[in-house]
Amino acid sequence: MHNKTIAQLAAGLKSGEFSSVELTQHYINRIKNYDGELNSYITVSDEQALAQAKQADEMIASGKAQPLTGIPFAQKDIFCTNGVKTTCGSKMLDNFIAPYDATVIESFNNAGAVMLGKTNMDEFAMGSSNETSYYGTVKNPWGHEYVPGGSSGGSAASVAARLAPASTGTDTGGSIRQPAALCNLTGLKPSYGRVSRYGMIAFASSLDQAGTFTQTAEDAALMLNVMAGLDQRDSTSIDEPVPDYTEDLNQDLSGLKVGLPKEYFADGLDSDVAKRIDDAITEYKKLGAEFVEISLPNTHLSVPAYYIVAPAECSSNLSRFDGVRFGYRCENPEDLEDLYKRSRGEGFGDEVKRRIMVGAYALSSGYYDAYYLKAQKIRRLIANDFTEAFKKVDVIMSPTTPTPAFKVGEKNDDPISMYYSDIYTIAVNLAGLPGVSIPCGFVNNLPVGLQIISPYFAEAKLLNVAHQYQTATDWHQQIPEKYK
Amino acid sequence: MQWEVVIGLEIHAQLATKSKIFSGSSTAFGSEPNTQANAVDLGLPGVLPVMNKEALNMAIKFGTAINAEIGKTSVFDRKNYFYPDLPKGYQTTQLALPIVGLGSVDIELEDGTTKTIGVTRAHLEEDAGKSLHEDFHGSTGVDLNRAGTPLIEIVSEPDMRSTKEAVAYMRKIHSIVTYIGICDGNMQEGSFRCDANVSVRPKGQEEFGTRAELKNINSFRFVERAIDIEIERQIDVIEAGGEVVQETRLYDSNKNETRSMRSKEDAMDYRYFPDPDLLPIVVTDDEIEVIRNSLPELPDAKKARFIKEFNLGADDAGILTASLELADYFETATKESGDSKLASNWVISELTGRLNKENLDIKSSPVNANQLAGLLARIKDNTISGKIAKEVFDAMWTDGGDADSIIESKGLKQITDTGALEEMVDKVIADNPDQVEQFKAGKEKLMGFFVGQIMKATQGKANPGQINQLLKKKLSE
Repeated sequence: MHNKTIAQLAAGLKSGEFSSVELTQHYINRIKNYDGELNSYITVSDEQALAQAKQADEMIASGKAQPLTGIPFAQKDIFCTNGVKTTCGSKMLDNFIAPYDATVIESFNNAGAVMLGKTNMDEFAMGSSNETSYYGTVKNPWGHEYVPGGSSGGSAASVAARLAPASTGTDTGGSIRQPAALCNLTGLKPSYGRVSRYGMIAFASSLDQAGTFTQTAEDAALMLNVMAGLDQRDSTSIDEPVPDYTEDLNQDLSGLKVGLPKEYFADGLDSDVAKRIDDAITEYKKLGAEFVEISLPNTHLSVPAYYIVAPAECSSNLSRFDGVRFGYRCENPEDLEDLYKRSRGEGFGDEVKRRIMVGAYALSSGYYDAYYLKAQKIRRLIANDFTEAFKKVDVIMSPTTPTPAFKVGEKNDDPISMYYSDIYTIAVNLAGLPGVSIPCGFVNNLPVGLQIISPYFAEAKLLNVAHQYQTATDWHQQIPEKYK
Repeated sequence: MQWEVVIGLEIHAQLATKSKIFSGSSTAFGSEPNTQANAVDLGLPGVLPVMNKEALNMAIKFGTAINAEIGKTSVFDRKNYFYPDLPKGYQTTQLALPIVGLGSVDIELEDGTTKTIGVTRAHLEEDAGKSLHEDFHGSTGVDLNRAGTPLIEIVSEPDMRSTKEAVAYMRKIHSIVTYIGICDGNMQEGSFRCDANVSVRPKGQEEFGTRAELKNINSFRFVERAIDIEIERQIDVIEAGGEVVQETRLYDSNKNETRSMRSKEDAMDYRYFPDPDLLPIVVTDDEIEVIRNSLPELPDAKKARFIKEFNLGADDAGILTASLELADYFETATKESGDSKLASNWVISELTGRLNKENLDIKSSPVNANQLAGLLARIKDNTISGKIAKEVFDAMWTDGGDADSIIESKGLKQITDTGALEEMVDKVIADNPDQVEQFKAGKEKLMGFFVGQIMKATQGKANPGQINQLLKKKLSE
């Protein structure tokens, strides 16, 4: 059962091959058997999951099933879930139970989906390896000495090990696409504003976007159908029509114009990863795509600009964690200042503190123009680069990451090197574009991801391009031996 | 040395919206702590703000009322600082691009001339909650009912040169915001409060002196006292050879003194930046015009009309139009009674005097405009004298009822029957031969005595005009 896609599971539920309760129990059992070591879940909500599954079975029996009814999902622990602990990977929220559901969670509930639990993640989504989580490092199912990527490391690992058929994630600088690449999954980051951010604990508000980890592009389309749309509770969600994202999946790719940004194939790209990307290009050519070299001349500015904008916003977004109303509070505070200093000092981990410090500095008077304002200007330049490129091409392709998964602990002492592992994904967030990473082969038995970027709100095109590749290749069907 | 005072005011006016600026919670005053604070107001993880359009429209309305530039694109910024009553750790406000830009209001000076005070800007922002220091056994309680209540902060130019001007400006802004219905103006509940920037400089000097900011002054009386005290303090400091330091000072109304809260050096770096959770607000000319056209008659226009239409003096018209309720009261009383002079006198002296004495405002006056008009009509048609009218007003104030029924039930109707009055006059003349003698000898002051005797006999109900006439006639016979 656990090697089936959402589409296949939905068919199985519909035909009565198995029930949602059976399916859910199967995943709960797998989580019990495997997750002790893998550590991809922070909370497993098995009782609630089985109750939801029972309800789903009733819906299916009464013919009221929607496409995702009865399908179990893992939710990143950044989405607030009414009654189930929401930690955001932090000691700060170890005791936090939200009194409300995030819009994304509400959407899954309304679709009759089942929530298996909440997945591990870098603390407040700050990290690229899932090593900053208060709940410990998540292991990469393709090799336990390797990181699964981050920040949505638990969401990626859980699906890669088939401890969930699919999961949600959030992507601020690559936090879906990078772990998807490192774990051999399809990771979709929609356009900024496509999916509501309400109830999704903010890291960098102008960059954060919810998305999906799936085995296939088709599954991503099924999930996006449920997640996308305007939300009156999120002023930055956008009132664009929501198409049926499965509709265009089978469109022919002949004549598709693909841009290859030369800056994404320059120094720093692992030569073996480059070969896998070349193979993918060859495959796409067979499907009728035409490739041209393009330039995104401000690419080199994306990592520095990102590491101003994201920390600046996070320094303000994380101010509410002050020990006053919810979350961690230090023991016996002497006075207000002591309460603030120790609650935050003890409640946040090092990477979070580092980014709050950087962000507060970038926003401080006298430095604001030189850092924050300048970074915002660079952001516009980067967005313009893409706008120009999309005048010539339909989609852009690149490696998702410069290397396959690195080892746990390898980059702990070198935050800058860690930051550069997101070099190919960050610009997409700065521009607010949609992007997807799909499996395209292996280097030393570690997965490699191909990134595809499309114009704003062209997720249907993006998924069509990804799906066509998956009909011609089977990289995405590879599962780590241990979890078969 | 001759000193010149320079004052600028920052007025916070709470907007009279039903719900908060970024959430659907109610803004009603006086509920149980934290019963009007939802997930957004509490700043729970994951929540997002959504702007209340009504608050925006009210801010634009204010802008059009003071003929200000309206920001076609305005932006919300975050002002970052930690305080327990500030749930998100930042206040959402507007810094670089406020909704209301440069405008102005006119104030009337004591000598009857008019002075224009510049308004630099007015911006939208959210109020904080309240910290409660009592009843928590050494801890502090936090009530977030007020958190997220919409405010406009109205910042003046440093155009005021005396405490009187500052008070006149504050009153003018108060009447504008209440006239246009965007603020209830209730200063006791903190709906309308101000900070004052005060400095002094030698008369004739171009550049400003160093200013102190006086925080949170919540009555017209206190603004006057606080600024006066601060001016005195600054002059004393300078005349003693010292220097005024730039700082924030708190006015203590109990001790009637200002004291230092924090100096410029301690000033916080608020790390302002545009709020990424809220899109820039774009308003079109059409939207602005619709709001401009919805403006009611404003205080200055109403005053001019009262002078012209009701033939009032400028001072009286100024008093009557200071608040919309008073102006409406007067206008109703005038229309119903048909006598603007009488209405103006009664509203300004009797009614306002009584309200002040009993510490009531016009909205809670026990005598409404129609009741007063009924009374005035009886004065006008000579049914009662002005003196009896005060008695009727008293009865109306305490027990309610209309003038006619009070006059009827108390038998206060004026005696205008010439025959009856003539009899009384004859009787008074017959009863007081000595006084008649003296009067005829030239002591004309005694006229008052005779009138008084008749009034006494009739319990004030005799028509004074008629009595005077009759007495004069009889005594000269």
